[in-house]
Amino acid sequence: MEIMADLCVDIAGLRLANPVLTASGTFGYGLEYQDFVDLSLLGGIIVKGTTLEPREGNPYPRMAETAQGMLNCVGLQNKGVDYFCRHIYPQIKDIKTNMIVNVSGNSPEDYAECAARINELDCIPAIELNISCPNVKHGGMAFGTTTEGAASVVKAVREAYKKTLIVKLSPNVTSITDIALAVQDAGADAVSLINTLMGMAIDIEKRKRILSIGTGGLSGPCIKPVALRMVYQVARAVKVPVIGLGGISNAKDAIEFLLAGASAIEIGTANFLDPTISVKVVQGIDEYLEKHSFKSVKEIIGICE
Amino acid sequence: MMKCVLDLQVTSVERLSERYVLLAATNPVGPLPEMRPGQFAQLRIDDSKETFLRRPISLHSVDYEKNEVCFLVQKVGKGTASLWQKQPGSTLNAILPLGKGFTMPLSPEQRFLLVGGGVGIAPLLFMGEAMQRQGARPVFLLGARSKSDLLRLDAYRACGDVYITTEDGSEGEKGFVTQHSILQKEKFDNIAVCGPKPMMMSMASYAKSKGIPCEVSLENMMACGLGACLCCVEDTLDGNVCVCKEGPVFGVEKLKW
Repeated sequence: MEIMADLCVDIAGLRLANPVLTASGTFGYGLEYQDFVDLSLLGGIIVKGTTLEPREGNPYPRMAETAQGMLNCVGLQNKGVDYFCRHIYPQIKDIKTNMIVNVSGNSPEDYAECAARINELDCIPAIELNISCPNVKHGGMAFGTTTEGAASVVKAVREAYKKTLIVKLSPNVTSITDIALAVQDAGADAVSLINTLMGMAIDIEKRKRILSIGTGGLSGPCIKPVALRMVYQVARAVKVPVIGLGGISNAKDAIEFLLAGASAIEIGTANFLDPTISVKVVQGIDEYLEKHSFKSVKEIIGICE
Repeated sequence: MMKCVLDLQVTSVERLSERYVLLAATNPVGPLPEMRPGQFAQLRIDDSKETFLRRPISLHSVDYEKNEVCFLVQKVGKGTASLWQKQPGSTLNAILPLGKGFTMPLSPEQRFLLVGGGVGIAPLLFMGEAMQRQGARPVFLLGARSKSDLLRLDAYRACGDVYITTEDGSEGEKGFVTQHSILQKEKFDNIAVCGPKPMMMSMASYAKSKGIPCEVSLENMMACGLGACLCCVEDTLDGNVCVCKEGPVFGVEKLKW
């Protein structure tokens, strides 16, 4: 693959060879995709959500297909941060791209402890905090749905984590801009948005909700317009870099997010339909820049009026 | 085993009935990858507005000399209906081979019973053909609702002995595969099963009662097919594991059945 333009972007000191990342929960640990993609061609890989303790996740069924998208309620199944450090990190540390760990938790202390363990790993230059998890001590409302809840997690993690801290925002809020400002003030280096939109599917023959826990997160092309609007608004409100995601399926979608103000983008559900889509998007961005005589991808970030 | 995304070209379409279609496809740009019985492909659905994800379909038969892979598809929903309408010459985008396959005989003398119900018979032909190449002779026990639901019997008979049950008695013995007299008459070293879950569960309990190793092929709903999304998990004695990556074939001793 020959790249003509300068695709390099900077996320609060974290240098990405290009603005294309893969979204947590859709790309495993990268290893699952290495038959299809030269992983070194990506700007970075955000690996599966990791928690302090191992989690079994929710019961099956965890997925429902929808029009131009899907719902999932996987429930953060993972073997815990110790297992990650001991068994997975050695397998991924030499992958020649930015390996970023997505971190989840039940309490600010959990998040901070998990982040502290990952802070020790030399080849992990950044974490992405998933603040859409329920706050177990405070009635199970997601941390990311209030400015106080979001800030409490980010503050705790900021003290424990010294490298690039990206905070992934939930769209299931009244004002995502207020949450973005709150996490910026609490010490986030960057924000990524949007996480999945809460949804539901019903089987009319069984007259039951399809997902085991009733609701799940909606992803795929159907959420792209919502995500794009939120990225546009947040990018204009915050000083920190914004990473855009939500239904990006091709280079055109990715360019829309860059124009809206995202400094980088994440590809999620689209990886399921075409496991090679991430590198195709890198190439497509390059072709767009060349066609329109931009020398660097930085020139198009946020230039949409 | 290297996984790949291929634009296969459909070489033949045989509509076996209103519900079943046999698709054969070749890789026009090179040899097909090595594949094992019990593995599957994620087929892209190109002309259905109401579907979004790929459809996992088992490998029915692979002919490396002709560079051809076959899929036996039952029309169930919108995705499989789209596959049913494929025409020769059209593109069939596939990710393959995926998952882990069935255990193969260690020697040609081992007696393997391959039990299939409904469209679940599909992967067993590939297994039977592979066994035949090893010099082994598989025994098929195939179940269907009625004679008209029995598919491609000639292909199965070409590589092994075929025993049949139908629920209405229109072909073979009347009843379910688990009631077939062959189970009482012969001894088997291994049983491979693919079909409706109740059928697989009763075969599994039969195998356990006789102390025969038994593998079943699960078909939990999948999104990625690569072990990345964790949607298709089965609750096993090892916890929740991805059917697409750790399966779809599982030894019954691993399952909580």
